[in-house]
Amino acid sequence: MNTGFPYLTVLVLLPAGAALLTAVLPSRSRALMRAVGWAGSLATLGVAVAATVAFSSGDGNFQMVTVHPWISALGISWALGVDGISLFLVLMTAVLFPVAMGGSGRHGGDKSFVAWMLLLEAGCLGSFLSLDLLVFFLFFELTLVPVYFLITGWGYERRGYAATKFFLYTLGASAFLLVGILSLVGLHAQQTGVTTFDVRQLASTHLTGTEGVLLFLAFTAAFAVKAPIFPFHTWSPDAYRESPAAGAVVLAGVMAKLGTYGIIRFDLELFPRAVVTLAPVLLTLGVIGIIYGGIVAAVQRDLKRLVAYSSLAHLGFIVVGAFALTGPALSGAVLQMVNHGIYTAALFLLIAMIYRRLGSFSTKDLTGLQRKAPVLAGIFTLTMLASIGVPGLNGFVGEFLILSGTFLTHRWWAVAATAGVIVAAIYLLWAYQQVFHGTPTEKEESFTEITWREGLYMAPLVGIIVFLGVFPGPVLNRITPSVDRLVTHVEHVAHANIPAPGQPVVAASHSANGGNK
Amino acid sequence: MILASATGFAVPHIDYTAILPELILIGGSLVLLAAGALNVRHLPTRVYSLLSGATGVAALIAGIVLWQKVHGGGHPLTAVAHSLVIDGFSTAFVILSACIIIVSSAIADGYLRREGIAGPEFHALALLGASGAMLMAAANDFIVIFLGLEIMSIPLYVLAALDQRRAESGEAGMKYFVLGAFSSAIFVYGIALTYGATGSTNLAQIAGYLATNVSTSNGLLLAGAGLLLVGFLFKVAAVPFHMWTPDVYQGAPTPATGFMAAIAKVGGFAALLRVFFSSFHSLEASWQPILWVVAVLTLVTGAVLGLVQRDVKRMLAYSSINHAGFILLGLQAASREGMSASLYYVFVYAFLVLGSFAVITVVGGRGDTSHAIESYRGLARRQPLLGFGFAVLLLAQAGAPFTTGFLGKLYVVEAAVRSHSYALAVIAMLTGAVAAAFYLRVVFVMYSLPAGEAAPAMALADGGALATGTEPAAAVAAPAGESRGGVLVAAPPEAPAGAATGAGGGLRLRAASLGIAPSTLAGIAVTVLFTLALGIWPAPLFSFVHAAGLLF
Repeated sequence: MNTGFPYLTVLVLLPAGAALLTAVLPSRSRALMRAVGWAGSLATLGVAVAATVAFSSGDGNFQMVTVHPWISALGISWALGVDGISLFLVLMTAVLFPVAMGGSGRHGGDKSFVAWMLLLEAGCLGSFLSLDLLVFFLFFELTLVPVYFLITGWGYERRGYAATKFFLYTLGASAFLLVGILSLVGLHAQQTGVTTFDVRQLASTHLTGTEGVLLFLAFTAAFAVKAPIFPFHTWSPDAYRESPAAGAVVLAGVMAKLGTYGIIRFDLELFPRAVVTLAPVLLTLGVIGIIYGGIVAAVQRDLKRLVAYSSLAHLGFIVVGAFALTGPALSGAVLQMVNHGIYTAALFLLIAMIYRRLGSFSTKDLTGLQRKAPVLAGIFTLTMLASIGVPGLNGFVGEFLILSGTFLTHRWWAVAATAGVIVAAIYLLWAYQQVFHGTPTEKEESFTEITWREGLYMAPLVGIIVFLGVFPGPVLNRITPSVDRLVTHVEHVAHANIPAPGQPVVAASHSANGGNK
Repeated sequence: MILASATGFAVPHIDYTAILPELILIGGSLVLLAAGALNVRHLPTRVYSLLSGATGVAALIAGIVLWQKVHGGGHPLTAVAHSLVIDGFSTAFVILSACIIIVSSAIADGYLRREGIAGPEFHALALLGASGAMLMAAANDFIVIFLGLEIMSIPLYVLAALDQRRAESGEAGMKYFVLGAFSSAIFVYGIALTYGATGSTNLAQIAGYLATNVSTSNGLLLAGAGLLLVGFLFKVAAVPFHMWTPDVYQGAPTPATGFMAAIAKVGGFAALLRVFFSSFHSLEASWQPILWVVAVLTLVTGAVLGLVQRDVKRMLAYSSINHAGFILLGLQAASREGMSASLYYVFVYAFLVLGSFAVITVVGGRGDTSHAIESYRGLARRQPLLGFGFAVLLLAQAGAPFTTGFLGKLYVVEAAVRSHSYALAVIAMLTGAVAAAFYLRVVFVMYSLPAGEAAPAMALADGGALATGTEPAAAVAAPAGESRGGVLVAAPPEAPAGAATGAGGGLRLRAASLGIAPSTLAGIAVTVLFTLALGIWPAPLFSFVHAAGLLF
């Protein structure tokens, strides 16, 4: 129990409060709104940094835990906690929001834009920090509303279609998650007489093989859509394409991680046996996502759609890392979630800069930008190389850990996934050649170099890309204990008590408890 | 207790405090009618509305006193020769009915004044209808349920037909009346058969009879219960007895629709839950599968047919059918938790539907006719507060988190999961997602540009995004602080679309400012605040509903 400063509650309530403040301020001054937005998100970043400093490395359990009863009639409590798996996702979220708000030019001062962004930040942080399944679900769903309004309010031509598709797709999948959560809680209440949504207690629920698999599928349906995992990705290219720059940054950078985080936090923790049973299926989907995403990205002529499909491929890596069920692969997956968030955000921001200057996302309309803006081209190159996974940049560390960790247990999947790295190099380099090389036509003559303001919000991202590439140690040190605890938990539950076919399942309470204390 | 008079007719002791809320409403209704009939000086509509609201407040206080009596220290009781039961469950519905009257009086006030409908009829009928719903909730005897049903229904038939200038209104009243009369007849026949099978019309006695007797052939009883179920399902608009709903909802004057949607669900579900949960509890195995099918049909029909509607009133009619399906989930669970869940859902839904139809009343404009979805285009930009309120109410109906709508769905789905109706739970949530599509459509239209600005210039703002008339966008969803200047935001010079708005926008401004009465706005504000506040801090309503148990 944490007796000191309630970091986590503040992390969730601070942006929510700032959103409310923005909404009720009787002014529509852009400067003021922008200032409130910056103040809110930067203060949140400050708290996140402080929480990271206060986080003690080497401890794999949840830290800074806060529990307050909320709806006691239903056993729902405001339970927040952070461990190595969520810590850096929280930090990444706190970094990306001010950056995204900085990266959204004129409308960045719109009152409601700022309010929705801050509310979205609260929703994302709440999802990463919740230990109570229902509170998690609430925040998980809450994120849909601001994104819907962000896309419809400030998106591109087909924003209504894209936003509605996104909303309905994810809401539909969440139906399964909610019923899954309630079923799990019901089973737990039947066994223990205690109605609780606390994931730490629910992990000790005894599930028969079928129950486990069904619940796993119910949970994973929602996460697979949110991430998205192939073949549940069809909403994402549209949503990313039609979002404003900030929306795309948050959708791909932060919200995609809600899905993969959900898989690691809840699927692995709650249904270890089902995870082991179904791992090959998910690994295969991950690998298909990697290859398919890469190939489809290669034929895109629209830069945003290209990044959307490349995102699908990178999320495939994370899925492979999560279901390889080895320490290194899982650490790699967690790290890769952060990496992907950072460089995808950077790519979307750079694409937005190009659009702002020339009004196009299409590789057909763009050429020779390198001559006009070498620094911008340089940053693009660096980000792109990180995305490809070149050593020395952050993408490499994550992908290497995932592939080497997966190779230990699932050799052929690792081999197939490696092919994806090559495909990624192909489509990104093609796109780069198209857009940056060559001779600028008269249209590109007006193309200008990156401004100081743009540089200001790109700088932290570039810094993180390089830092994590050369010096991932401090981060991995904090991730690994939690990951090890989780992997031990999964192995314990899944392997200690595998029931013989046709034989009733023996309770696995000791192992589950042991792994989760 | 029972005094025998000389003629041999037993006059029961009447505990007037137990039926005080009903009496207050009926009394208020009579006072209103008398004032209207005497009509010395033409009383302004505002006075009638205030009287009606005050009656509602009085009934609310009486209801809270009853609640305290039942809940704090005292105990549930039966009254008037056991034909009424005063327990947490009935008092909760009494309190809810009183709230509905208060909010609905405020909302109707603006409408009546705008349309120039003088006289106390609307309020008098509404008060009478609400007293019927209260009676249904407190009834412990089929005869009393029937009385309540008729006292509630007949004013609703009249309310539906109240707007004489529109033929649809008369048609709605007629349709509602004819079909309602049919369903009442079926209901009475159900009472007769049940009486034949069990020898009583008293709910508790029937429950006792069924608990102690095992009948070898219970065809008569099942037929009776089935007919009763049909009668109830008609009132709550469950499929396949929903045919009247879209036409009546669309045709009735809009504030009457909101009131009707709220109060008919209250009365119908209060009695339905009580009868099936306490009297026919032992027949659970027979009615649970039937309700499963009915719930699925109701959920799916409401959601799917709602998708294709272009008229917002009609759309909300289908949405109310979808909600009825959710409430049935709680009954289908046949558990104490399911009861509480259904009660909670009815509570939450009543406020949502009142607020939604209040917004529709405002947008409908003079004559109450512009209900096509296109009339909502740009509403949130012209009237940010109103738009925000409607967005909250619609999103809550779609089940957005941190609103009461979500918690209602959560509660009933949990009850369903607890009774192992997993498939039903999944179907319900999926239809919720389908229904979200049509709520979102309205929200999207509200937040898109007004018709004149349909093709905004593709201004390349330095944000990289399409600048859609940038300044109005700033007003989007700004929940507060916009009331002064928020009616029509002046377009900034750099937005070329702004000039085009000029003429059309001015007209809209005048039309919009005509329709909004402060009382209606207050009614909407109450429902929105209820939805948000209890969505974020749900403990009070949850413990209230949790405590509202049945006596039997």
